[in-house]
Amino acid sequence: MPDPIVVAEGLHKAFGDTHALRGLDLSVPRGTVCGVLGPNGAGKTTAVRILATLSDPDAGRARIAGHDVVREAGKVRARIALAGQHAAVDEKLTGRGNLRMFARLSHLSRRDARRRADELLERFDLMDAADRKVAGYSGGMRRRLDLITSLILRPEVLFLDEPTTGLDPRSRGEIWGSVRELVADGTTVLLTTQYLDEADQLADDIAVVDHGQVIATGTPDELKATLGDRLDVELEDPATLDTAATVLKTLAGTDPTVTADRLSVALPGGGFRLFDVMRELDRAGVAAADVRLRRPTLDEVFLRLTDRKELVR
Amino acid sequence: MTGLAPPLGHRLRWTFTDGLTLVGRELGKLRHAPGEIVAALIFPAVMVVLFGYVFGSAIQVPDGGDYRQYLMPGLFAMVTFSAWLGVMTRTAADACRGVMDRFRSMPMARLAVPFGQTGADLLTGLLMLAMMVGTGLLVGWQPHRGLIPTVQAFLLMIVLRYALSWVGVYVGLAVKNDQVADAMVPLGLPFTMLSNAFVPTDGMPALLRFLADWNPVSALTAASRDLFGNPGAPSGDAAWPLEHPVTTVLLWSAALLVTFVPLSLRAYTRKGR
Repeated sequence: MPDPIVVAEGLHKAFGDTHALRGLDLSVPRGTVCGVLGPNGAGKTTAVRILATLSDPDAGRARIAGHDVVREAGKVRARIALAGQHAAVDEKLTGRGNLRMFARLSHLSRRDARRRADELLERFDLMDAADRKVAGYSGGMRRRLDLITSLILRPEVLFLDEPTTGLDPRSRGEIWGSVRELVADGTTVLLTTQYLDEADQLADDIAVVDHGQVIATGTPDELKATLGDRLDVELEDPATLDTAATVLKTLAGTDPTVTADRLSVALPGGGFRLFDVMRELDRAGVAAADVRLRRPTLDEVFLRLTDRKELVR
Repeated sequence: MTGLAPPLGHRLRWTFTDGLTLVGRELGKLRHAPGEIVAALIFPAVMVVLFGYVFGSAIQVPDGGDYRQYLMPGLFAMVTFSAWLGVMTRTAADACRGVMDRFRSMPMARLAVPFGQTGADLLTGLLMLAMMVGTGLLVGWQPHRGLIPTVQAFLLMIVLRYALSWVGVYVGLAVKNDQVADAMVPLGLPFTMLSNAFVPTDGMPALLRFLADWNPVSALTAASRDLFGNPGAPSGDAAWPLEHPVTTVLLWSAALLVTFVPLSLRAYTRKGR
């Protein structure tokens, strides 16, 4: 594995009595996308703010490309960029005006600032809106501008804090496309999100965060594998729900989750045949409209993980 | 960042150029909001007409003379005092919309943001003063003591305005919420009214008179009246600040800068959250 470019070790941060981070560890290899996944208030944003030098940890340390985020904040800032819910653009300027201003503040010459702004507007499809005030942009356009503003200096590490929260599906897709392009250019991305499909779509590795700690890490597939496959059954007659539930429980050994005329159950690993399910259901007199064997969604993994944490506490 | 930061010369140059970029940002905004410029420039003119003719029709200037001659230094002081409000609302908007966080996460000069804000305000302030001078001349106001004292009066306004704009930076960073900041704007009015800008302080109840006498608005008004040779010279038993208005304005400016520049810089670089 290549050297990690983002490293956090035992980060602690408290705001009064609220412990936002309780010993968070994180390691992101260069050139990958790390999805930091967690419910609201899990500490995702606090972690990003510390890594982006906006906040100092109470304990623990973090390095970006080998530079300490507290003691070498200047060197860190030269290598990172931040976009998402905690970075923004000036609504009273045009898109082009914003890009030029931030380019000048990144110490590009006047000419380079102009050129870079045009380059980014062109590449990320905002040229048509370039000379309109940002106040009149749609939510998706604004986020896209926010995102490309953070690309002015081609950062080594890009922090995206919930980049698509509140966006419609089309705008989300556009942001995802832009992020994929960046990764193709070699940028390392640390992405926080509460949307599991977003992490599934973009992330090479996922760190699930809850109560200020990382409670699980792995690729999306590895995380899904921890839960085993799932069996979904859709019934023709809702009246047979209880009978079907009993059959599934006997087969899988755990209680199925029930919603209206559907049942879903986690399967024990190995040698499970769809045919057995059909036969047992048929024997019990249950008519199934649909029976599916599938991988768990990241949502199910996530719920299970954050749930287990609750029980342990 | 000790020892690892870029050399001092670089940092100073960046502070300057980044500050200029941010001044340009405010001017760029004005270019896209012609309505705001017009409103900002018409405001002083409206004040001259409103106070000059509405109040002026009923108010007697203590030692005789034209009320509009008496009023103009007060209006100059009022416009000067509007500085902190504008800077406060702009700073608070940046802080709550995340623009400030982007600045903080960039490798730009730390001091550039407050310097840019206050610098931009200075330019808007000069425009507003120019507008006010024009309107004043139209309604018959004049400086009577020649070029040098006139220039001194305007310099005093500019110095105090700049000092006050740092109060705006600090308050804006402290409230961090543009709605709270907007709600605070009307609080600016009592500050300017509780002074000698529109009426003499002699007739006020003791406590209010004390506050009005020590209000920097009063000192600036008294100083400009004196330097312009406009009516309203303090009576024999005037309070110390009105007897020494120029010194008072300079002391106020120095005190505000000494207090609020460090406070603002600390608030800007603080990384508590």
